[in-house]
Amino acid sequence: MKLAQPDAKMLEEVGQLAEVRGRSLWADARARFFRNKAALAGLVVLILIFIFAMFGGLIAQYERDFVDFSLMGANAYRGVPSIETGHYFGVDIDGRDLYARTVQGTRISLLVGIVGALVAVFVGTLYGATAGYVGGRVDNIMMRTVDVLMSIPFMFVLILMLVIFGRSILMLFIGIGLISWLDMARIARGQTLTIKNKEFVEAAVATGVKPLTIILRHVVPNLLGIVIVYATLLVPQMIIFESFISYLGLGVQEPNTSLGALMSLGTKQMNNGTLWMLFYPLFFFLITLFAFFFVGDGLRDALDPKDR
Amino acid sequence: MFAYIVRRLAVAIPTILILVVISFLLMYSAPGGPFNSERPLPPEVLANLEAKYGLDQPMWRQMISYVWGVVTQFDFGPSFQYTDRSVNDVIAQGFPVTLTYGLWSAFAALVVGVSLGVAAAVRQNSVLDYLAVGITIGAQALPNFVMAPILVLVFTLWLGWLPGGGWNGGQWEYVVMPVIALSTSYMASIARITRSSMLEVLNSNFIRTAQAKGLPMRRVILRHALKPALLPVLSYLGPAMVGMITGSVVVDIIFSTGGIGQFFVNSAFNRDYAVIMGITLLVGVLTITFNLLVDILYAWIDPKIRY
Amino acid sequence: MALLDVSDLTVTFQTNDGPVNAVNGLSFDVAEKETLAIVGESGSGKSQTAFAIMGLLAKNGGATGRVEFDGADLLSLSKRQLNKVRSNQIGMIFQDPMTSLNPYIRVSDQMAEVLQLHKGLSKRDAIAEAVQMLDAVRIPDAKARISMFPHEFSGGMRQRIMIAMALLCRPRLLIADEPTTALDVTVQAQIMKLLGEIREEFNTAVILITHDLGIVADFCDRTLVLYGGQIMEEGPTGDVFADPAHPYTKGLLKAVPRLDRDTETLQTIAGEPPDMSHLPAGCPFSPRCEIARDYCSTRPLVLEPLGDNRTRACHASLAEMKQEMQDG
Repeated sequence: MKLAQPDAKMLEEVGQLAEVRGRSLWADARARFFRNKAALAGLVVLILIFIFAMFGGLIAQYERDFVDFSLMGANAYRGVPSIETGHYFGVDIDGRDLYARTVQGTRISLLVGIVGALVAVFVGTLYGATAGYVGGRVDNIMMRTVDVLMSIPFMFVLILMLVIFGRSILMLFIGIGLISWLDMARIARGQTLTIKNKEFVEAAVATGVKPLTIILRHVVPNLLGIVIVYATLLVPQMIIFESFISYLGLGVQEPNTSLGALMSLGTKQMNNGTLWMLFYPLFFFLITLFAFFFVGDGLRDALDPKDR
Repeated sequence: MFAYIVRRLAVAIPTILILVVISFLLMYSAPGGPFNSERPLPPEVLANLEAKYGLDQPMWRQMISYVWGVVTQFDFGPSFQYTDRSVNDVIAQGFPVTLTYGLWSAFAALVVGVSLGVAAAVRQNSVLDYLAVGITIGAQALPNFVMAPILVLVFTLWLGWLPGGGWNGGQWEYVVMPVIALSTSYMASIARITRSSMLEVLNSNFIRTAQAKGLPMRRVILRHALKPALLPVLSYLGPAMVGMITGSVVVDIIFSTGGIGQFFVNSAFNRDYAVIMGITLLVGVLTITFNLLVDILYAWIDPKIRY
Repeated sequence: MALLDVSDLTVTFQTNDGPVNAVNGLSFDVAEKETLAIVGESGSGKSQTAFAIMGLLAKNGGATGRVEFDGADLLSLSKRQLNKVRSNQIGMIFQDPMTSLNPYIRVSDQMAEVLQLHKGLSKRDAIAEAVQMLDAVRIPDAKARISMFPHEFSGGMRQRIMIAMALLCRPRLLIADEPTTALDVTVQAQIMKLLGEIREEFNTAVILITHDLGIVADFCDRTLVLYGGQIMEEGPTGDVFADPAHPYTKGLLKAVPRLDRDTETLQTIAGEPPDMSHLPAGCPFSPRCEIARDYCSTRPLVLEPLGDNRTRACHASLAEMKQEMQDG
């Protein structure tokens, strides 16, 4: 009996410990995220924006490329936003329904942002993880290459490419993909360097697991947290980037449109009193960016709680 | 230190060469030459023009002669569009303008951004802090091509305080709005970076030591916290500069300031390759030089860095 | 009159899970030239006590009660008045010498600014005096090395610099917050020896905060044992060590590895250090106490005198405790 008692006590303690440990890193992060009101609000707004972009077209009364010639150039007084006419957001200078166009613009802007971020996630993470894991001379060469690419004025090269090869959304994606992964590669590499020396990686090395398998199985999953945070903050950057290209008239081509292109048209018509042409796209542009900012910040605080 | 600079330059030179080759190849592979306009030129005239500009030579020879001209004489060749001017003339005209309002913008972004960030960090969770965070998030999201026309609308059309465009030799009235339009989002970024790094520094042990020494808060912040808090800002300056040069394109277009951005866009649409390349190279060299300066400054501030 | 008289000090932090008390109604005093050890595990509130005295609590923390230093209540001083006390009257040494010096400023400037501020010395005089102080803490070649940056010194050297810096204004009280925890064992001994010599040389009272009973025994006049932000027992170091009056102290002493006794296993106190956000209403040590009664976790502790100059806080009487803990 003298032995049994502490044993039972120990078992109980172990049980309690297991219960505490049972809350994984991700569950903890989720709890922290949902406690953050700004991030939660951002997430709700983001979901609403996605619904708007996906299904907003269903309640549009007009096709986005339908030109109402009776309103063309007369939108300042006959194309005012109104529920009765079905032009909820008014009509643009060419007599097109701004609501339908804003839905499509939001969709394209989100697409550009997310594709840019995804390219960064895949290329950047693998590149950075490889450089960091392999180390030595390979690391040196790979990261010097990133340095070199970073000091090239990519916006200028991209403008050049768009002018030379013609404007297409594919070209835009290529251009955005070319630059977006550079920062991610640096971040992933830095994180890999710390993961590399952890016991579970050493254990894998000791048992003879192949380097590529180690990178994919052990390193990359542990990069996920920081990669997700950075990717979330990269989306708004990509959306801003696209809007700039669109402003120069090199982005998405008519009849397709993006929020950047719509805002650009809006600013050019500002003096005609058709402020709604700027206001609605700008509104969706800003809340999209804010939502991503807040969600990204919330994720960072949740996954990397060093501030507390 | 000297060896470090030499090493960095050793990396910089190949970077510039790569840049030259990329842009040259891009231009060379472009369908349609600079003299393909809507009204086709007679073949013999076209041949003459191409011979004059060396376009009839094989590619590698064109490239070598171009690089040679750039490296030995800083000669970017003649402009195809402005027949009486060389690329150097175009840059000489546009660059001082860009540089003027660019430097003012950088100055404004740094001074206002850092002050705002420090104030917000020191008064964390105060009204001032929330206000600063709110303004900076807004300013970061507002594209400058939206902000600039709004500025014109307010200050030129409504209030009539400032001219809506032009340069006029860089008189202050003409510089104000370009500087605001260009610097605001960088100011916001700098404020955010300063705020968060300042908060981190203020939580560090050596700040507690400084307080235990009985130093007044102002001295703790200015003497002990500011320097480390500014290091992340310093690393941000490189990307910020690239962004500002890019942003200057919009400023040039909206305010007709006549900087290199305007020439770049005009040339891009007119396929004036010589000018495009000249400006791209100029921007590349500027970026590399600037990054080098930032790194040297960084090493100078942080005593732990050894070259 | 005591030099430092702390009464009913409570330190509270506002956290996401509500307010948490790190220190709970703590009272003690320190006489001139006396050395007091505050002993406890991590999370016992010993460092927060020190920070509260110096007004260095984190932003979400607050202190109530009284901290009288030389007759003035430090907790109610204005920032400006408090800054006159800091370093000038009370010096402080921190736990981690690697991060407690500003890495971006030369040691000379970091030391000189104290004298420039409090004593109004010129920079040249201040540096000259700082060099003397570095000599006093046995930093070789101080004159040349004072203009180096902190990262150019080893951990032990940096702690010596911290000590020198804290002593520049000849403070009457020196608070040393785990001064040797972050250092190698051999360096620990050197630093403790230095602190002992310095204490004699400068006639300073010392509060030594530590979890290491080994360094307390031959260094401190009195010992205060802290658990869960409350005093468990307090008294002259020799008495406390020879005849501990609290189960926790007993446990702590047993956990000190000793070379002079032939034991095969290293004793530990069962259980984990207290979770300050979920302390029992009664004795904070009761969940881990081997002689705990049913009511220990609910009935509030009272600090009772024990003889002339000792106090203890335990629901079991001294005799009960001694009997029940006979075999250990």
